[in-house]
Amino acid sequence: MTATAVPAAAPMRARVTLRQRLQDALPKLVLAPSFLLILVFVYGFIGWTFLLSLTNSKAFSNFNFIGWGNYLKLWTWTFETDPPSNWYTAIVNMGLFGGLYVVCCLIIGLGLAILLDQKIRGEGVLRPIYLYPLALSFIVTGTAWKLFLNPRIGLEKAMHDLGWTSFHFDWVVNPRMMIYCVAIAAIWGSAGFVMALFLAGLRGIDGEILKAAQIDGASTFQTYRRIIIPMLRPVFLSAMIILINMALKSYDLVLSVTGNNPGGAAELPSTFMYSYTFTRDQMAVGSASAIMMMMTIAAVMVPYLYSELREKSR
Amino acid sequence: MSALNPANAAPMPARRRSPWRSRVVIYGLLLIFAVLYLMPLVVMVMTSLKPMSEITGGNMFALPHDLTFEAWAKAWGTTCVGLTCAGIKGYFWNSIKMVVPAVFISTMLGALNGYVLTKWRFAGHRMVFGLMLFACFIPYQSVLIPMAVILGKLGYIGMNLKDMTGYSFGFGNATANLVLVHVVYGLGFTTLFFRNYYAAFPTELIKAAQIDGASFFQIFRRILLPNSAPIFIVTVIYQFTNIWNDFLFGSTFAAGDNAPMTVALNNVVNTSTGVIEYNVNMAAAIIAAAPTLFVYIVAGRYFVRGLMAGAVKG
Repeated sequence: MTATAVPAAAPMRARVTLRQRLQDALPKLVLAPSFLLILVFVYGFIGWTFLLSLTNSKAFSNFNFIGWGNYLKLWTWTFETDPPSNWYTAIVNMGLFGGLYVVCCLIIGLGLAILLDQKIRGEGVLRPIYLYPLALSFIVTGTAWKLFLNPRIGLEKAMHDLGWTSFHFDWVVNPRMMIYCVAIAAIWGSAGFVMALFLAGLRGIDGEILKAAQIDGASTFQTYRRIIIPMLRPVFLSAMIILINMALKSYDLVLSVTGNNPGGAAELPSTFMYSYTFTRDQMAVGSASAIMMMMTIAAVMVPYLYSELREKSR
Repeated sequence: MSALNPANAAPMPARRRSPWRSRVVIYGLLLIFAVLYLMPLVVMVMTSLKPMSEITGGNMFALPHDLTFEAWAKAWGTTCVGLTCAGIKGYFWNSIKMVVPAVFISTMLGALNGYVLTKWRFAGHRMVFGLMLFACFIPYQSVLIPMAVILGKLGYIGMNLKDMTGYSFGFGNATANLVLVHVVYGLGFTTLFFRNYYAAFPTELIKAAQIDGASFFQIFRRILLPNSAPIFIVTVIYQFTNIWNDFLFGSTFAAGDNAPMTVALNNVVNTSTGVIEYNVNMAAAIIAAAPTLFVYIVAGRYFVRGLMAGAVKG
């Protein structure tokens, strides 16, 4: 280049660096709106809910802070069993429903996955059948099961028609047993998903290992118990975390199976929060229960996501 | 057992074929579960095609004797949802008007976010992603009250705008509100999907294009987008299913005639007034489930892939 080009180049470089700077900032500018939305609408709102839980808000939100009173209220309600407080019912139901849901989904899911993995014909037909409930909304699932379990026109009636007249199954209209019907519908809805997770895990196991086990004379049962199922431990963990998360957030299914939760018989923390906030005009108590739900989920999800992310970046 | 002899065992398939007796057990169990899975849907369809006398008088497993589509017509056109008796057709359109923009916006933003988070990394990108990822799992109860307050404020702005200009510019419109809500709380998922997909995309191609002078958006449009068809299908299906099936946001933020399909269905099924028309309820439930079931049948493979991507995080 000749020297004459130099004075011309100087302003050009300035322009280039400006454009360059814009170009450098562009990725962040593109990401910023989404990140900002999440910061405000997720983390900001959780903070806002937390602040509300420290106030005495009733039907409308206010900021008259009263300290930890609402959490103390929930704490005393936790032990109020006679007559049971709504919060006590919600927690007991959560334990029953969540426990049944997680355990049964894992057992049925793993069982179906192992059965499907036996080189069977018609897997392409069976697998979609186990998975289709996932496409249905919980309201539809609940509506279907409510009819199916209805003693007057559903299962009990059908069994009586078949001649089994002593058959008795009225859980769906029995306030004390309703929560089990919610669990049945929920397990029906999610076990296929767990099956898909386990099936993917099973298909990922190296055939050589199994061949070696066979050569050593291990039976099929032994191979599954000692080798395959232990190798599926990460899948167990993922499935369990996802199931716990879904159980804690269950809401629509309770309303649709029980018919809008009559008398709070099938109360869960999610329905407790909703009714206290929007119909009982105790917004502060509702907020406190929402924060309790949030903390429970955070206690499960944060360590899991943290370890997943760290593993990935290694 | 011949497996004890390595010379015989070596050519055996990785998972040996079991004798016929265990085959029978395997197929038997799989078929029992298939029947259990299909039964609620079959009963639902059959009930919707029967007249009421056959439902209350007959067996739920019996095929319809007097096949009738009256219940379907009534569910779509004349059944009562709350106080208005114009069927569920209006709510079906409400859901479509909400789902289409919400899916489109959240998917496009997710694609851009995934692109930035994998190909234009900046200091703190992991923190940003972690915060967006955790947002997927929060219980929505913990953001419900602030959201209601904010949407109430937007409605107030809309009223003022309408007074001043005669047009509310979408402020306070229930559908627009739900689109906003679903975009915000779907962003975490869409970002996660695209981030994981683009992480496997060769960065060398991006570098080469950069050296050739391609800009940020040119690279996205010319290189990444043409190669993103599978993840777009997965994300669109996932978002469509989730938003269509949502109940909590719909029931909280869109009341009356603005409610989405799931909320209307719950109102139809769980009204306490008058005779319960099971056939109309079931027809309405099937109509509510039809769009997502259709997507599942047409693109089941992508549907399952989305579920798995949403479960195995990081």
